[in-house]
Amino acid sequence: MGELELGPVWLSLQLASVTVAALLVIATPLAWWLAFTRTRARAVVEAVAALPLVLPPTVLGFYLLILLGPAGPIGGLWVELTDSTLTFSFTGLVVASIVYSFPFAVQPLQAAFERVGRGPLEAAATLGASPLAAFVRVASPMALRGYVSAIVLVFAHTLGEFGVVLMVGGSIPGETRVVSIAVFEHVETLEYTQAHVLSAGLLIFSFLVLLAVYVINRRMPFGAGYAVG
Amino acid sequence: MAELALDVALRREAFSVSVRERLELDGITGLFGPSGSGKTTLLRIISGLEPAAAGSVSYDGDAWQAPGQFIPAHLRRVGYVFQDGRLFPHLDVEGNLRFGAGSGGRRIAFRDVVAALDLAPLLSRRPTSLSGGEQQRVAIGRALLANPRLLLMDEPMSSLDAQRKREILPYIERLPDAFGLPVLYVTHSIDEVARLASQVLLLAAGRVAARGPVADVLERIDLWPVTGRLEAGTVIEAEVEQHGNGMSSLRLGDQRLRIPVGDVAVGSRIRLRIHARDVAVAAERPGRLSIRNVLAARVLRIDAEDPVYVELLLSVDGRHLRSRITREALEELGLEPGQDVFALIKSVALEDRGFGEAGGAPG
Repeated sequence: MGELELGPVWLSLQLASVTVAALLVIATPLAWWLAFTRTRARAVVEAVAALPLVLPPTVLGFYLLILLGPAGPIGGLWVELTDSTLTFSFTGLVVASIVYSFPFAVQPLQAAFERVGRGPLEAAATLGASPLAAFVRVASPMALRGYVSAIVLVFAHTLGEFGVVLMVGGSIPGETRVVSIAVFEHVETLEYTQAHVLSAGLLIFSFLVLLAVYVINRRMPFGAGYAVG
Repeated sequence: MAELALDVALRREAFSVSVRERLELDGITGLFGPSGSGKTTLLRIISGLEPAAAGSVSYDGDAWQAPGQFIPAHLRRVGYVFQDGRLFPHLDVEGNLRFGAGSGGRRIAFRDVVAALDLAPLLSRRPTSLSGGEQQRVAIGRALLANPRLLLMDEPMSSLDAQRKREILPYIERLPDAFGLPVLYVTHSIDEVARLASQVLLLAAGRVAARGPVADVLERIDLWPVTGRLEAGTVIEAEVEQHGNGMSSLRLGDQRLRIPVGDVAVGSRIRLRIHARDVAVAAERPGRLSIRNVLAARVLRIDAEDPVYVELLLSVDGRHLRSRITREALEELGLEPGQDVFALIKSVALEDRGFGEAGGAPG
């Protein structure tokens, strides 16, 4: 493998984008519920949602392998429905990434919704806005910073994912061989030039994304809170 | 006139609210009581922001809440001006004003609200760049433009200093007439109640302690534990007769009261709140005196309040005044119910505090 292949790069970007999109849809209602519920069950849900932060990727990967494998409850169902396996496929990688990056979407969104608070939503209700309208017209624009944080963190975290990918996806070119896996294999086979190029590319890309986020955050015309009085 | 029927209860760890009243809402109704008496909670129940409240609420014939039935806040068309304004920081002033516009029909026009509240210079500003008084004007305008059937105001002036209060009071005063909707106004300031409200509901510990015309409720001595002893006094209505030398003459039956009232049209009636501690009593008409107001009065009642002070209830041509004097003075003057005396009120005591135009003023 003398020349540089871009396949793993595109695969990584694809995986990160799909994971971001899926997590925004999944995490928003949960973060909303966590921000506003008063039940005691909240602490339990929060702890479960934060588990991927502390579990070693190998442990997470191990459980995912069992769940998503053809003999597992989810993987078995998938095989029945689609006639293909979840493990060692791009779809399986997406599912694993969603689990792996879950807290990076839920936590910023929950914090942002908590900063918005009930106040503006109550104000919107007294102005005739339904709960959905209040979410679209008040809560989401006020929680914009939280969304930006969630998108960037999930994207970056998915790009950097290694252990879980290795266990659930392996290294199938064009299917599961993402940048981090490719770098690992280049290093293993002493192809330092390719490892350098991919690593530096990932480093610069990550830096530019984070820089853009911090600049945008600083220039936002308003904070999430209220200026009273 | 619209009827608000309440039979509601809400229990929280720290306190509970339990209210059963039928209120004819017309003009501004004061919801008054000390901090923690449940005023805000009651407003929230009426607006539909407390789904946990039990009981029933109906307004103008429509059931907003009944056992097994709950119309959510966004369908009630109740305007709510919050204590802290709650403007949307991501929208400019115009965006805030138009947020609820059209949701309940277009009875109240954008330009009328902008004109009535002097909002034109603020339209493109961000809420965070506004002063507290400006924020509250925008919040009032925003609530009006959603075409509410009833406007609830929760201590809209509590975060403002005296200067800003004076600026915003006239706007609030004009609301019921200008936009034809009743206002329920929460405050813990007697002066605001006296100036703005025609009737008042007095809350204490989550229950209604009294209700009625402002003047009657505020002079009831049995309510002192609620209204506060130092604030004891009476509210009287008088007609502006003429202005001159910065002073104004007010007609009080056949007698005259001279105070500076500022820019109020001759012939209009204003409400004055006179504190008991600002009224002295003389057994005979005093001679040369700096006090401008000497009114012939009759002692109606003597309320022994504490070991040192007593409160006299006086009648000035049928209008009530309270006077707070020492026991010592009472004994020295030999005052008794039925006795004719002179009530002395310093004009300074009346200046710039608790006077406002009464409803239906000409001009």
